[in-house]
Amino acid sequence: MNLKNLFKIAVRALVRNKLRAILTMLGIIIGVGSVIAMLAIGQGSKKKIRDQMSSMGSNMLMVMPNFQRRGGVSLGFSVSQVLKYSDVVAIKNEATAVSEVSPEIRASGQVIFGNQNTQTTVYGVTEEYLGIRKLSMKSGRIFSNIELRSMAKVCILGQTVVTNLFGADTDPIGQSIRIKNLPFLVIGVLASKGESGFGQDQDDLILAPYTTVQSRLANIDYINSIYISAASEEKSPLAQSEVTEILRRSHKLKESAENDFRIMSQSELIQTVSSVSDVMTYLLGAIAGISLLVGGIGIMNIMFVSVTERTREIGLRMSIGGRGKDILRQFLVESMMISILGGALGIVFGFAVAKIAGSLMSSPTIVSTQSVVLAFAVCFMIGVFFGWYPAKKAAGLNPIDALRYE
Amino acid sequence: MANKIIEIRNLRKDYHVGEVTIHALRGIDLKIETGEYVAIMGASGSGKSTMLNILGCLDKPSDGDYWLDNVDVKTLDKDELARLRNQKLGFVFQAYNLLPRTTALENVELPLFYNSKIRSKERKERAINALEAVGLADRRDHMPNQLSGGQQQRVAIARSLVNDPVLILADEPTGNLDTRTSFEIMELFQDLNEKGRTIIYVTHESDIARFATRNVIFKDGKILRENMVTDRQFARDILKTLPVENIEEFDV
Ligand SMILES: Nc1ncnc2c1ncn2[C@@H]1O[C@H](COP(=O)(O)OP(=O)(O)OP(=O)(O)O)[C@@H](O)[C@H]1O
Ligand SMILES: [Mg+2]
Repeated sequence: MNLKNLFKIAVRALVRNKLRAILTMLGIIIGVGSVIAMLAIGQGSKKKIRDQMSSMGSNMLMVMPNFQRRGGVSLGFSVSQVLKYSDVVAIKNEATAVSEVSPEIRASGQVIFGNQNTQTTVYGVTEEYLGIRKLSMKSGRIFSNIELRSMAKVCILGQTVVTNLFGADTDPIGQSIRIKNLPFLVIGVLASKGESGFGQDQDDLILAPYTTVQSRLANIDYINSIYISAASEEKSPLAQSEVTEILRRSHKLKESAENDFRIMSQSELIQTVSSVSDVMTYLLGAIAGISLLVGGIGIMNIMFVSVTERTREIGLRMSIGGRGKDILRQFLVESMMISILGGALGIVFGFAVAKIAGSLMSSPTIVSTQSVVLAFAVCFMIGVFFGWYPAKKAAGLNPIDALRYE
Repeated sequence: MANKIIEIRNLRKDYHVGEVTIHALRGIDLKIETGEYVAIMGASGSGKSTMLNILGCLDKPSDGDYWLDNVDVKTLDKDELARLRNQKLGFVFQAYNLLPRTTALENVELPLFYNSKIRSKERKERAINALEAVGLADRRDHMPNQLSGGQQQRVAIARSLVNDPVLILADEPTGNLDTRTSFEIMELFQDLNEKGRTIIYVTHESDIARFATRNVIFKDGKILRENMVTDRQFARDILKTLPVENIEEFDV
């Protein structure tokens, strides 16, 4: 039988069994589509979280006091006071894998301008803090070294604070605001960063020289935490061990003593969160896998239900001169056409669902080539196998047995 | 000198159903010559269909020899048998066995698809000619479910004719049809036979068997007797005497 006849026969058979062909295709469309869409959603939200995490800082390490000490002995106040500015200086001087270091001292309180007031947190930092936290200035300037040393009452406002105190139109630079009843001069405004991945407003803050916050607002001689930028992502682990060593030395910890500080690294955090979102992707993938399975079972069902009719058709074709291979080829071509068409529609369907889901959840969706290939391959194999297998069985029968099949 | 188209020696067919063995054919010897028109008769279960299916190479005998057109069928493999069915045989089933949701023309074309020598133009021409031969040229685009039983059987006959077979085998071709339609089918067969085709058909009805030139009567898987038809009838003549309507009450 030549190729033209083969295709003609297959197309006629498909047209004759439109409903069966469409139902089979539907199984494939849903299977392929859902795998693509689900994995795209999973991948997309993973990327979103990663992006947000890395926008929090550049190769950032955070050092904070270690409150969780073993042995149940609470060391009370002293524990939260272990970090000093001298630690910052030590790190700056000794660590090789570190590019920027800044202390952070937090003070919360009321901020007043005219008859407007708002509750916010003032961060006492150095100018290196901006680079570490990936903050940038929208207007104005950063405090100078002189202002740092002289505990100048100057501050830089986050966008939320600007909006709360000044409204939309007033330029806050040069204005005087009161933080905890002390007058501060506004010298700059930070560019907006929006919400963090955890729903936190990253613009609700005020930056001021750490010296000012330490002695004028918080009245303490220690610092709350140290923010560090590793020179590069690869050097982040090295930076972490250097910092550990430096701090242990400057805190005069004995060999056997536990660290009295804790270092969190951004890359570790990203990895942790990524692995969580990987789990989510796998879950979505599993759901998609189930719908792939259900689609596959649907295909099987439809194929097997039509076996009786098709076996008789095979018997008839054989009785008028069709060879076993002619019939197998016909069925193979038929199921390949269904699978390819269904798979193609499924890919389109998957892309569409991913796009719609993406805009509904306002998170990007990433359709990966692997998921398309995987979904298509699986459905193609299911479709072709279950289209072909009954034919394989029937083509082995005597024509008369196939004709009599019930 | 007449040429033997079929020769069968000591042919047997056993069916095994569980523990039981059914001897459907218990040693058949039969010779049929080219151009003969043979009716096989016999009680239900006597092995007529089994015989015809073996003659049509749709089934294999358990034992014995079968020469079709001087070819020992035993020596042919599956593909060669398929080619034989495609090019030398035409089979008409009691249940028509047309492809559903497929036009009459496409049903008739079907055997020609499996003959790669035939181009699509010729295929269509031959199918139309075959439909014309059975008087259904105007129904070529009808689906089987838009045709009466007799018309469907005629489409099936057209399908068996389309590849110009030397031998036409028909298993109770009139079994589902009324008297007049049966006679019309017989007329068709007699015409084909006159043009030189060998025809073998199975029937239960003795008045249908009288259109043949020879009757072979089966009983319990054996040939009970064979006889030439002495009072052979011609369907064409009988149809002329039949009124067109109310033929149901008419008994020949
Ligand atoms: N596929 C089969 N499996 C088992 N037994 C079978 C099979 N086909 C036929 N038989 C048995 O073989 C015997 C002959 O059957 P066959 O169909 O040839 O009879 P028949 O003469 O055509 O009868 P009818 O006039 O009723 O069509 C019967 O006893 C039947 O039960
Ligand atoms: Mg029978």
